[in-house]
Amino acid sequence: MSTITADTALAPAGARPAERMKRAARRWRYASNVGAAILSVVLVVWTLTPLYNMVMVAFTAEGDVFSDHLWPPNASADSFWIVLTQGYWYLEYFWHQFGNSVFIGAMVTLLVLTIGSMTSFSVMRMRIRNGWVITNAALLTYVIPASFLAIPFYLIMQHYGLHNNPWSVIAAIVTFATPYAIFIFQEYGRSIPLELDESARIDGASPIQIYFRIYLPLMVPALVAVGTFALLAAWNEYLYQFLLLSNKQSMTVPVALAQFLNSDVAPWNYMMATAIIYALPPIATYYAFRNRMSSGLTMGGVKG
Amino acid sequence: MTTVSAIEFGGPAVRRQSLWRYWRGGLRGSEFTWALAFLVPYIGVFVAFVAYPVFYGLWMGSKPSLYAEVFSDPIYQQTVVNTIVFVAFGVNLKLFFALLLSGFFMRPGWWVKALLMIFVLPWAVPELPGFISIHWMLNGEWGLLNNALYQFFGIDGPSWLNSRWLALGSAVCSHVWRWLPFWTVILLAGRMSIPTEIYDAAKVDGATGLRRFAHVSFPLLANLYLVLTLLATIFLLGNFNTVYFITGGGPANSTHLLATLGIRDAFDLANPRLGVAVVMSALPLLIPLVIILIRRIKNAEVQL
Repeated sequence: MSTITADTALAPAGARPAERMKRAARRWRYASNVGAAILSVVLVVWTLTPLYNMVMVAFTAEGDVFSDHLWPPNASADSFWIVLTQGYWYLEYFWHQFGNSVFIGAMVTLLVLTIGSMTSFSVMRMRIRNGWVITNAALLTYVIPASFLAIPFYLIMQHYGLHNNPWSVIAAIVTFATPYAIFIFQEYGRSIPLELDESARIDGASPIQIYFRIYLPLMVPALVAVGTFALLAAWNEYLYQFLLLSNKQSMTVPVALAQFLNSDVAPWNYMMATAIIYALPPIATYYAFRNRMSSGLTMGGVKG
Repeated sequence: MTTVSAIEFGGPAVRRQSLWRYWRGGLRGSEFTWALAFLVPYIGVFVAFVAYPVFYGLWMGSKPSLYAEVFSDPIYQQTVVNTIVFVAFGVNLKLFFALLLSGFFMRPGWWVKALLMIFVLPWAVPELPGFISIHWMLNGEWGLLNNALYQFFGIDGPSWLNSRWLALGSAVCSHVWRWLPFWTVILLAGRMSIPTEIYDAAKVDGATGLRRFAHVSFPLLANLYLVLTLLATIFLLGNFNTVYFITGGGPANSTHLLATLGIRDAFDLANPRLGVAVVMSALPLLIPLVIILIRRIKNAEVQL
């Protein structure tokens, strides 16, 4: 207020306060833009350095891995070719192991979506009595660190004779991913009016018809978000795959990678090429479903 | 008499029916069966892969003499300190930077959006390839980090993974690198859910910059921030991959966390009970955290 009156009163004398304020604001905006630019550079370097390292080592030629350089002197894509053609004794089952990873990822996604949607349908839509017990059990599972259950889980799988069987890993990942699915489905389901189910029920639809014809079609956005999450969770999982899959035929790519790491002569360029090839499908999935995923993370939630 | 008996005749019959429906959650017979059938898969998963392993683990770790053995192990004592340091720094650095960066990413402009796309890359890349790359990057002799330090600044970098605290610090940084995008995206969604009218009102009242953050944004985000802190603490207590791949527990078993030490005792030392006891020693900290978290989630309806 005072600046405005001063402005009108003292017109010409030097820099007028309003102009001074404008200049201060411009200076402030300039400083904050410079700050943002510096922060952006720092963020880009911080984010990309480990990834750059991965690419750089993968493009390094056989003999140059143990030398000082920031970009390989004789860059070549040979290591990618060797991985793809399984041309190194460590990689002889690469495609088989990649197939195992895909199989586990696909089955986990399918089971998480099926079990999660069925459970939330029963609890939230059919409103079965004492459904909260199930919700709480799921919540409790969500907050138990998976690594803490690994030892008894491993021994139990030995009892069941499921060692080296991909289904043991699928069971483990489904166990720890389904609770998240149940929450997202419950939260998302709140936005679908219960009257839809009611009217279908009055028209004589059976629960299974309501589930397939009304519930699932309306839940598609949540199903996509959770499906992406489950697929990435399966692709990321290491501990259970490492414990439960130990022979070369049954193991998955991460387990093979880690075996590489622990061997005496680790061929780092092949390892990094394998790592990049393994990382490409989730990156593609992630960017394809990015918006769906982040809305899934916060779907109905973050009301805090 | 007759009228009373008529009422009595009608009364219990009605009540019995309503009680019956009450117990069945208001569902008719066949519908109740369907609702239960929809729950069977999750109940099966929970009983076979959560309840059974939990009780098996509790039984395995129930002998008091195990704990005497665990607590007298000098590696275990170091591990407890490591876990506390790792969790304290990991959680707070991650969430503090996530809070600041989520504010940064609220800025308008296409290049901030482009930066966000790059920034989320570590989260899109599976954990294992990223960590293996960092592991090699931190190699004292041939790693990218020390090469860069030497070429740009003429500094001979230390061998990052050969001393306890440097190695643990590297593990914390790697963890922050991998998970910062995830928490930033969540907090960003939390900020976006704050209605802009509130900011407009604050602007009219003269609150900008730091004051706007202190009096408007943060109070609205505080509950979310607290829930995320609890969740991150619980997740980090059971973290396995970071230390396993960055330091491998070395040098000389001095950087183990509870989860990695548990797996080492169970499988490398072939003593599963000892491993379970190591992991179970986290329960006095884990259980209160879980109880507080579940209460918070229920009250605040914040869901992840």
